[in-house]
Amino acid sequence: MSFDVPDDCRYLESHEWVRIADGTATVGISDFAQDELGDVVFVELPAAGDELSKDEDFGVVESIKAVSDVYAPISGTVTAVNEVLTEEPELLNEDPYGEGWLVEVEPADEGELDDLLSPEAYRDQIE
Amino acid sequence: MSRETPLHAAHHAAGATFTDFGGWDMPVEFDSIRTEHAAVREECGRFDVSHMGEVVVSGPDAEGLTQRLTTNDATALDPGEAHYAAITREDGVMLDDTVVYRLPEATDGEFLVVPNAGHDEETTDRWREYADEQGFDATVDNRTAEYGLIALQGPDAPDLLAEETDLDVDDMGRFEVAEGAVAGVDALVATTGYTGEAGVELFVPWDETEAVWEAVDVQRCGLGARDTLRLEMGFLLSGQDFDPEDESRTPYEAGIDFTVKLDTEFVGRDALEQQYEEGTDEELVGLELIDRGVPREGYEVTTPDGEHLGHVTSGTMSPTLGDPIALAYLPAEYTTPDELVRVVVRGEPKKARTSVPPFIDR
Repeated sequence: MSFDVPDDCRYLESHEWVRIADGTATVGISDFAQDELGDVVFVELPAAGDELSKDEDFGVVESIKAVSDVYAPISGTVTAVNEVLTEEPELLNEDPYGEGWLVEVEPADEGELDDLLSPEAYRDQIE
Repeated sequence: MSRETPLHAAHHAAGATFTDFGGWDMPVEFDSIRTEHAAVREECGRFDVSHMGEVVVSGPDAEGLTQRLTTNDATALDPGEAHYAAITREDGVMLDDTVVYRLPEATDGEFLVVPNAGHDEETTDRWREYADEQGFDATVDNRTAEYGLIALQGPDAPDLLAEETDLDVDDMGRFEVAEGAVAGVDALVATTGYTGEAGVELFVPWDETEAVWEAVDVQRCGLGARDTLRLEMGFLLSGQDFDPEDESRTPYEAGIDFTVKLDTEFVGRDALEQQYEEGTDEELVGLELIDRGVPREGYEVTTPDGEHLGHVTSGTMSPTLGDPIALAYLPAEYTTPDELVRVVVRGEPKKARTSVPPFIDR
């Protein structure tokens, strides 16, 4: 089975992705992660204004069969939360890199991206 | 080394994910739990439940022996009938729950006892040892490795089966068992199941299980959907909602009073009569979360003031309702519906109300 690993994202080993556009970092979990979890039924996220620290957990994604913490791929201030997931957590399964995004963050230090896995390295990890 | 069902390779080829369950390597999920669950509620799904045990009891005292070792009244079963029962020890604690079939007359055997996965050997031993102790003339055969078991569950199951069998399934009521050919394979066809839906369970020779499985070509379902389906009905999971070691419970505490026939003689009867008269301190109740969150096995249940009441034994997000549901043993005063409690979900007390299962209208 092959999983979608977009080239415009960087990845944590714990399967979170981050994409930077116009100075804003969008964070979610990978296609592989959503497939491993199965049907997502509940998402717990921080509030706008909360501070995230790289590699620390900032929320929870629960499927019918499992509970999984999600970790911040980048430090910074939460500027937006995907509230739609409260009512439609299945978006995380259907479109993990699009409508299933978790939070938007104003990065404290974009240099942290250099510590993350490249798409190639992440593909190697999940193969 | 886990045991494998006769369909293991077929499940692997179909892309299932697997888990160990009762010592068997079983498929959890084929497509998605939500898809598989919905198929059973709305149409039909097929399950490989070959991990369930098959213990055949025969001989002159098969009835007396089975009656003594199960809480229900085996003597009340006519050939071709089945019922649900508990297997209790002397203090009334449930060792397992089971379906007891009185086999059709022409069958090789009198009773078929179907214990849960991993309990076939202990059930066989229990029947044999009790027969020896009490001088019952009965033969007890563990045939778990001889039978594959396929469950077809859902409103379309009877019609689907009708296409594959010479039996008149429409004429069979619930909890009956008959011999017939399914997809050309000699089978025991039982109108039983554990999903709350109409359905059948097909006991077929181990080596011919795959032929029957392929013939009933509907949505494949794994243990994940089986768990959400049974929990919506408030059905017990052996080893989780009761367990002789970690969650020792009687049938009264577990809410299956209807399986206990105090006017019969069985192991544990006196203890259960005493509990029947004195009442239970704790009972299994349903919980519906009012706040958002998913209740899981082991989560604490408290009063609104934070006083400990018990813990969740099974919990999930109900795929049918889209709401979180759970089972928990709580003090007897919480067995009425709509009592407000809290379920502590990862440190956060979440509002919940008690309810009487089933959680869905069936």
